[in-house]
Amino acid sequence: MKFLTEFRDPELVHEYVAELHKITTKSWTLMEICGGQTHSLVKNGLLDLLPEKITMVHGPGCPVCVTSVSVIDEAVWLAEQPNVILCSFGDMLRVPGSKKSLLEAKAIGADVRILYSPLEAVEIARKNPDKEVVFFAVGFETTAPANALSVIHASQQGILNYSILASHVLVPPAMEAILSDEANTIDAFLAAGHVCTIMGMDEYYPVAEKYQIPIVVTGFEPVDLLQGILMAVRQLEKGQHLVENQYARSVLREGNKTAQATIQKVFSVNDRVWRGIGSIPQSGYEVNEAYKAHNARIKFFIDIPFAEENKECISGDIMKGLKKPKQCPNFGTKCKPEHPLGAPMVSSEGACAAYYHYNFQPEESGSHI
Amino acid sequence: MPKFDFDVITMGHGSGGLLTHRLLQSGVFDLLKNNLLDQQHDGAMLELNGPVAFSTDSYVISPIFFPGGNIGELAVNGTVNDLAMCGATAKYLSLGFIIEEGFSMKEFWEVLVGIKEAAEKSGVSIVTGDTKVVEKGKGDKIFINTSGIGQIHPKASIHHNRIEAGDKIILSGNLAQHGIAIMSLRQGLEFETDIVSDTINLNFTILSLVETFGQEIKFLRDPTRGGLASVMNELAELRKLGFVLEQEKIPLDEQVEGACEMLGLDPLYVANEGLFVAVVSANIADDFLQKLRSDPNGINAAIVGEVTAANPGKVLLKSRIGGHRVVGYLTGEQLPRIC
Repeated sequence: MKFLTEFRDPELVHEYVAELHKITTKSWTLMEICGGQTHSLVKNGLLDLLPEKITMVHGPGCPVCVTSVSVIDEAVWLAEQPNVILCSFGDMLRVPGSKKSLLEAKAIGADVRILYSPLEAVEIARKNPDKEVVFFAVGFETTAPANALSVIHASQQGILNYSILASHVLVPPAMEAILSDEANTIDAFLAAGHVCTIMGMDEYYPVAEKYQIPIVVTGFEPVDLLQGILMAVRQLEKGQHLVENQYARSVLREGNKTAQATIQKVFSVNDRVWRGIGSIPQSGYEVNEAYKAHNARIKFFIDIPFAEENKECISGDIMKGLKKPKQCPNFGTKCKPEHPLGAPMVSSEGACAAYYHYNFQPEESGSHI
Repeated sequence: MPKFDFDVITMGHGSGGLLTHRLLQSGVFDLLKNNLLDQQHDGAMLELNGPVAFSTDSYVISPIFFPGGNIGELAVNGTVNDLAMCGATAKYLSLGFIIEEGFSMKEFWEVLVGIKEAAEKSGVSIVTGDTKVVEKGKGDKIFINTSGIGQIHPKASIHHNRIEAGDKIILSGNLAQHGIAIMSLRQGLEFETDIVSDTINLNFTILSLVETFGQEIKFLRDPTRGGLASVMNELAELRKLGFVLEQEKIPLDEQVEGACEMLGLDPLYVANEGLFVAVVSANIADDFLQKLRSDPNGINAAIVGEVTAANPGKVLLKSRIGGHRVVGYLTGEQLPRIC
């Protein structure tokens, strides 16, 4: 665990915190893109350590949260088809569709399996030639290479009973959608370290330039996050808007070229509906023409009605950084992990889940959010 | 292993007829032999004096063989330990099998041997039993139920209503070993570790602690399903007191910690076997810890937190960095995350 403990070193944390307090003169609002970063901030109690002038708002980087209701409905529909084994990452299972979640479909007999890797799903398809195996390919650019690779493997090995239901989303278009919103108040971004490990940093230079906003590629451990915040605040205090790399132990400027090539081989960029935010042009991946035999949407002629989001869920405002989870009137009352109104309450990276599970406020002080 | 008529369990073995009779006679009774079981009556007729504890548990684990044990050992140790948590020494166990048709006789025998060895080790007698067979697909190899009766130690006074602010929370060893050992074997989780389950009988360990510290031990519980977090939440809710754990003090094997990181699981919610949490008076906490650490089942024991009047009904974790976070109930199953 040495590879982690040094990034959780309390002394280093307090050093960065002290430095932040020293250099911060104005009020700044920073958005961390990734839900993993949100959880780390809340779980480790880092928000309490920041200067009052710094406000962290939580971004859209939780793939589970931004997956639209209609896509969940597609997955549930597929799972309920006879002869289909639907494979998924674990935290998609609790997300509510318009009628039910995958977990509920599983409880009444659908064959839904939790996997850690899409390559396992290819293996299941190989072992069950009389079944159709569908992998629910959700995620940002981070999970896209492995999902693409599963399609390439299946295609090469002639495993025709394997397909994916792709619902990939892309970070840079989402950042632009947030920055173009009139109500936006964000001064700087902490970009998601894992996404940049794959995609590199080049996509962010035009965004930083166009919107005059600092972007710091940041990791997920307490020391990473505080260093990322410190780098962003230093820029803000100096009036800069650079793209910087805090997570250099993982991120190269050009990213992982092999992974990018794998993505390009299997996927094409298309428009995608984000839960709570709406359609963002050119913000997702779909299986391309060359591999359409492995596209579940084509294979199963999925044609289900478009489902409206639950009107009571303000996940869109939360993921655009306009509101905090506790500003939602349904937080912790009508909306709880056991009966969620929206995905951010049940995803392991969801902002609402982070506040619900970890956020502690001492009895004596009132709400600080 | 004795010679059986069949290589696998069939529906007939649960019929109560000839096959059931042969299955029991050709080895099971011999293996688990004791005076009470040998009566071969409808039930065991026992003699007991004074206050007793009575507990039951069903074991439906998959896979049934795992690093560090099998479902048979687990079924004995689990109920023996539940009784130990009442301050009782297990004396008698019942043993019920629900077996799926087609289960291999060889594996059944291995499970039985596990049961025999665990029973011997904890000094408990299996005095009555039952075997049922269900059709293929209606079970998952083998389910076991055990119920147990134990004599409560005269010095024991274990009840959550005795917990007070200021009491110390002690954990007997490394957290999350069992759950991660099981998970490392489940389909699709191909990671190699030498993490083994900590399934073991705790009755002698508990007995000697109760003998020494008596009423200063307020509460005992083995944090099996739901893990340490669930036990703490139950207590916080029942007692309307705060339970504060210190992350830095919680004993955790490095490999288990790594596996939890990788799988996106919180060790506070992962199942344990062979581990217990004790709430004890502050004045004996250090002596209790010292004695526990001299026992083979407690070498990694640590004081991990304390009970507070502040924050009633809440379980808090003080992070290594110094911040606090709420540790709530687990909602449903712990599901692995995307990335």
